[in-house]
Amino acid sequence: MTEAASSPPASRIGGTDVRKISKIDIGLKRRYAAERRFRTYGLLAVTIAICFLVALFGSIVSRGYTAFQQTRISMIVDFDPSIIAPNGDRSAAAVMSGNAFRFDDLIAASLQKTLEIDPNDEDALYDGLDLLSKGSAPMLRSMIAADPSLIGTKRSVDFYATGDVDAFIKGSIRADIPESQRLIKDKHIVLIEKLEKEGALRLAFNTGLFTNGASTRPEMAGVGVALVGSLYMMLVVLVLSLPLGVAGSIYLEEFAPKNRWTDLIEVNINNLAAVPSIVYGLLGLAVFINFAHLPRSASLVGGLVLTLTTLPTIIIATRAALKAVPPSIREAGLGVGASKMQTVFHHVLPLAMPGVLTGTIIGLAHALGETAPLLMIGMKAFVVEYPTTPFDPATALPTQIYMWATEPERAFTERTSAAIIVLLAFLLAMNSLAIILRRAFERRW
Amino acid sequence: MSAVQATTAFDTVRTPDPANRPIKIHTASVKVTYGQKEALHGVSIDIPERAVTAFIGPSGCGKSTFLRCINRMNDTIAGARVEGTIKLDDQDIYDPDLDVVELRARVGMVFQKPNPFPKSIFDNVAYGPRIHGLARSKADLEEIVVTSLQKASLFNEVKDRLNEPGTGLSGGQQQRLCIARAIAVSPEVILMDEPCSALDPIATAKVEELIDELRANFTIVIVTHSMQQAARVSQRTAFFHLGHLIEEGPTDHVFTNPLEQRTQDYITGRFG
Repeated sequence: MTEAASSPPASRIGGTDVRKISKIDIGLKRRYAAERRFRTYGLLAVTIAICFLVALFGSIVSRGYTAFQQTRISMIVDFDPSIIAPNGDRSAAAVMSGNAFRFDDLIAASLQKTLEIDPNDEDALYDGLDLLSKGSAPMLRSMIAADPSLIGTKRSVDFYATGDVDAFIKGSIRADIPESQRLIKDKHIVLIEKLEKEGALRLAFNTGLFTNGASTRPEMAGVGVALVGSLYMMLVVLVLSLPLGVAGSIYLEEFAPKNRWTDLIEVNINNLAAVPSIVYGLLGLAVFINFAHLPRSASLVGGLVLTLTTLPTIIIATRAALKAVPPSIREAGLGVGASKMQTVFHHVLPLAMPGVLTGTIIGLAHALGETAPLLMIGMKAFVVEYPTTPFDPATALPTQIYMWATEPERAFTERTSAAIIVLLAFLLAMNSLAIILRRAFERRW
Repeated sequence: MSAVQATTAFDTVRTPDPANRPIKIHTASVKVTYGQKEALHGVSIDIPERAVTAFIGPSGCGKSTFLRCINRMNDTIAGARVEGTIKLDDQDIYDPDLDVVELRARVGMVFQKPNPFPKSIFDNVAYGPRIHGLARSKADLEEIVVTSLQKASLFNEVKDRLNEPGTGLSGGQQQRLCIARAIAVSPEVILMDEPCSALDPIATAKVEELIDELRANFTIVIVTHSMQQAARVSQRTAFFHLGHLIEEGPTDHVFTNPLEQRTQDYITGRFG
């Protein structure tokens, strides 16, 4: 087409050369088509990826967001001294000891008043108690132990509803299925409606999700211990892997002679980055627990194992960042008489810092989500108490997710998704930090 | 290989220095090998004090390699080996007892591409004196920085922005900053490896002017691709070709009346 348009005047001017150009033009069409095709593939791939991402996040958030709210039942409790401290001793130790069921009596009494149940109708009273978490009595007990001055007063207390009531309120247990298949029976629904009418039952922000430890009762379970465990592990990983990784890469990149041995080391570091993490877990089990006798399930051991998995990532990223520093900077440093060490630490490392930090934070984010090695060293434990040091037993966010995912209750299902949201939020925060740090350090130069 | 080695017994054509300046750097049969490849086949030259000596020659002739031997910058290249003698004031610089860091403080270097540190202008110049502990106080350090910048004729252009990054300067200013940085540690010798090849003619003129001024206090060795530049700034010129030093002598002599045919061919543009 172009040939027809351009050849008559062209032949008048230039002859054969012009015809050659128009021959190349025909090939151009094919090349542009190939380019367009490639762009289309790219666009298609990106679109599909975004669709999957939206579907993934959509499903996690839609399942998990309800867990951030929780059903509470608030009732006036009469802290009757004759029940709490029958022998007159109001000390915390006395409150914690003795018959634990006496606190159930307190709850039953306030429930009976709130729901206006006939004191002699024991069945109705038990149905009412069914709505409250089985953890209510221990909760009340520790509340009194923490503040004995409550004894003898009347105070409104927020109780947790059971996971099933919670699920019913949030609509995941529906009232329209036959009663025999329903976890919440008709008699319970009557009571729930009564509580709602009196304003005793309401949805509140679920702080327990962030502060509580493990519990078999979903309404009392939270990621608190897992958060602390993960935090300790990240601290251990950061403190160990950043200096070790950076120092190691500086040695390998700047000081070590380039020979067969260093080549071998480099290849093996790259290989280590690809070793399945569960293998590191086995290594940690053998070395840190069986050989070094460090405590099982401790976040210190978890941190050590994750340090091993993170080191290759940090070393590879740091070496790449060091390699990217122009050699002219090294020459400039050496040229004014700086020693090699001074050149590296004064000039090369600061320039490589954005890359090093990005690598480190990506490595940490990876470690934060690592599950398999933690299962091997026993961080999949039922831990109720907060760990006070990294030597105490703890769980981690991903293992907590794993444990909750295996629980059948509806309330655990939504908590699993909620824990995933918390984990993803942390990862997002860490990656944002990586970007911010990168920008901040780059602007300095 | 053998053909090349056969020419190692190579006689450099020399014309003595009429000004009879004292010798600062004495070198004898300097050979440099990179792995298997010999890049310099035995170069002997005496470089006079407080004068500019220019190394000229076509690309790959070994002039930069030779320059980098004088402050042992070749040490940093893996597989590089240097043989022969290089003496700075009668002191062998390849003596194992000699500290290379001290040598580089005495023999400063300015590179082909301006390479200021990504720090402030002040810190660029202050870096050398700081690490060598040349300044007793902050005022001392400031004085060193200011004098160095003045000597590099950069002070008037940057005096209001000493805390701004050195990388924000223009190419020519950056190169003069690098010269100021080299001067700041008060070296005896300044090596310049094609210092103007990345600069425009105006910046080049400024740097050349500066080199001319600096020769009163420093021994300068400059590698250049531009024969005009060599003719303009240097007092002595050495012509390198294929790893040999072909001819060396007073600059006007080498340019107007070369004794070697190859020198003649090169400076008249017949090859290179």
